[in-house]
Amino acid sequence: MTQSGSTKQTFQHTELGLSHEQAIEMYATMQLARKFDERNLLLQRAGKINFHVSGVGQEVAQVAAAFALDRENDYFLPYYRDYGFVLAVGMTVKELMLSVFAKAEDPNSGGRQMPGHFGSKRLRIVTGSSPVTTQVPHAVGIALSAKMKKKPIVSFVTFGEGSSNQGDFHEGCNFAGVHKLPVILMCENNQYAISVPVHKQLGGRVSDRAIGYGFPGIRVDGNDALEVYRIVKEARERAIAGEGPTLIEAMMYRLSPHSTSDNDLAYRTKEEVDENREKDGIPKFKQYLIECGIWDEERDTELLAAIRKQVDEATEYGDKAPFPVPESVLHHVYADDAGQGEG
Amino acid sequence: MAVMEYIDAIRLAMKEEMERDEDVFVLGEDVGVKGGVFTTTKGLQDQFGELRVMDTPLAESAIAGVAIGAAMYGMKPIAEMQYSDFMFPATNQIISEAAKIRYRSNNDWSCPVVIRAPIGGGIFGGLYHSQCPESVFFGTPGLKIVAPYRAYDAKGLLKAAVRDPDPVIYFENKKSYKLITGEVPEDDYIVPIGKANVLREGEDITVIGYSMPLLFVEQAAEELEKEGISAHILDLRTIQPLDKEAILEAVRKTGKVLIVHEDNKTGGVGAEVSAIIAEELLFELDAPIQRLCAPDVPAMPINPPGEKFYMLNKEKVLEAMRNLALF
Repeated sequence: MTQSGSTKQTFQHTELGLSHEQAIEMYATMQLARKFDERNLLLQRAGKINFHVSGVGQEVAQVAAAFALDRENDYFLPYYRDYGFVLAVGMTVKELMLSVFAKAEDPNSGGRQMPGHFGSKRLRIVTGSSPVTTQVPHAVGIALSAKMKKKPIVSFVTFGEGSSNQGDFHEGCNFAGVHKLPVILMCENNQYAISVPVHKQLGGRVSDRAIGYGFPGIRVDGNDALEVYRIVKEARERAIAGEGPTLIEAMMYRLSPHSTSDNDLAYRTKEEVDENREKDGIPKFKQYLIECGIWDEERDTELLAAIRKQVDEATEYGDKAPFPVPESVLHHVYADDAGQGEG
Repeated sequence: MAVMEYIDAIRLAMKEEMERDEDVFVLGEDVGVKGGVFTTTKGLQDQFGELRVMDTPLAESAIAGVAIGAAMYGMKPIAEMQYSDFMFPATNQIISEAAKIRYRSNNDWSCPVVIRAPIGGGIFGGLYHSQCPESVFFGTPGLKIVAPYRAYDAKGLLKAAVRDPDPVIYFENKKSYKLITGEVPEDDYIVPIGKANVLREGEDITVIGYSMPLLFVEQAAEELEKEGISAHILDLRTIQPLDKEAILEAVRKTGKVLIVHEDNKTGGVGAEVSAIIAEELLFELDAPIQRLCAPDVPAMPINPPGEKFYMLNKEKVLEAMRNLALF
C-alpha cells in the first residue's frame, strides 16, 4: 500500500483495478469456500454424506483467478477441488450442497456425479468427469470456437500437477500453441497427487513446459491473491489480443487429505501439514485488507456468522431435498429420450 | 441422379453441410492442403478456408477432445481419424467424455460431434491400417454408430450425423471408397440414423450385415438365385442403436439367418444381433443362427495370402449362404 498525495490513497488492489468492494468480495468468497469445505468434512464424518473431496488450501488462487476473468462471458473448465472457483463465478452454496447430497435439483448433474464434478451451462461451467485432464482439450476446443466465431472470450481450465502428466494436457497445450488460442491453463500445484509427492510426479516445473508449446509459462505463489489476480488478468489480456495461451503454475498446498477416503498421515507428517497451514493465504489476505483500512475484526466476525448461516441453510436444504426418482437413471442418454436406456 | 463413388458421396455430404451451416467444420491430420490421405476432403479447404478445414497436430486425443469442446460450445465439428486403427488414443475422449456429456450433466450440456474413421482391410494395410474397431465402441450408451455400405447411405448418413444432437461415430469403409459406386442424389437428403434397409427381398434365407461385406453378400445372392436359392438381405446401416424391429422382421421372413461382418466374431455386432434374435424369435427359427466374421486374431497381416485368408470374399459368403439354405 502506498500513499499518493494527501487525500487519495492507492493500494495494491486498486492499482490492479480492483475496487475495495471487489477485494472484500474476493476475501468473502474464499472464506465461503473454506467453510463450505469444512462443513462437508464434518458431514461425511457424521455419516450424512458418503464422500467429499476437498479443496482446503487452494481457495485463494481459485477465487483470485475467477475475479480476473470475465465472469459474464468466459467459459470455465474447473477440476474437482475448485469450490472456490465455481462459487466465484456464480454457483451458490445451496447448489453445491444439492450436489453433495446427490439430490435431483443439483444443477451440476442431477445427483448423478460425485461432488466436485461441476457443470452449469447457465454459468458456462463446462461439465467435467473423473478421468483427469480430459478437460484441457475441451478448453482448447472452446477457445478455437471463440476464435472462429470472433468472440472476445477466453476459456479457463484448471488441473492438478499430477494431472499435468496426462497426454491430454500435452496434446491440448500443443494444439492451443499452434493456433494461438485464447485459453488460460492454470495448474493448481498442491504438492500431492493423492499420496504421491510432487518430486515423484515431476522432474521439472510444470510452468517450464510452456516453452515447448511456444507460449508464456508463469509460476506464481498461489497463496498470494493479488499476484494470482494480476497474472491471470494479464494472461486474459494477451488471449483477447490474439497473443495466445498462458500456462500458470500456482504453488499451494493441499491442507486436507485427498478425500474423505484418504488417511494422509500415512504418507506425510502432521508437522509438514502444520508448517503449510502457516502459509495459508486466507488469513494473509484478511490481514492485507485490515492494513488497507477497509476491513476489521468486527466485520470479519459478522461475515463468518453470515457464512455460517448460509452454509447451515444450504446444508438443511440439501439434506431435505428429494433424491432423483429411481427411473430417472434411464433418462438423457440421448436427446430423444423416448424409451432410451431400457435395453 | 449422378452415379458416384462412395468417397465422392462422403465428400459431397461434408461440402453440402458446410455450405448449409457455417458452424460445421472439419479437423484432422492432413485434411487441409492435402485433402486427406484418401482425398476424402479434397477441395474443401480451397472452398472453406484453413480454419474450417483444419490440419491439426498429429495427436488423436486432441483431435477428438478439441472437437468435443467445440461441440459443447455449439459448433458442429467433423473430426477425422486418419485410420480407425489410430483412434484408440482418442478412446477416452470418445467413451468417457463425448458419450457421457449429456447424461452426466443431466441434459444440461450436449456434444453433437461427428467422428469419421475409415475401417476395414483388403488394401495391404497390414495390422495397423486394416482394423475394424466397431466392437470397442459398440455397447457404449450415449454414442450412435453408423457404417454405410452404399454410396447413397454414405452421403445421407453423414448429413444425418452432422445434424444429430448427439455424438455419432461414422465408420466409412476404406476399401469401399473406390470400389463401391452408386446413384447419389445431388440435392439435400438424409438417411435417418437407427433405420436399417432391405437391400434385396428373398424367401429362403436372411443375411444381415453392414459396410463393405454386403457387396459380397449381394454378389453371392445373385449367383444363388440361379441355384434357386432366394436371399433376403438387410443392411443395418446404423449399428448403434440397432434397428431391432427391422432385424426381427427380416428374420421372420425366412426363419434362417446369417450375420456377416469384417470385425472379428467374438463380441462383435453380430453377437448382439444374434442375441436379439434368440431372445425374440428362437421358436420361429428353422436353423441355428449363423455368423460369418473375421477370425479372432489381433488383426489382418500384410502378406497377400494371409490377408486373403483373413478377409471375407464372395466365395466364403456364398458357401455360408448355401449351407444355411440347405440346412
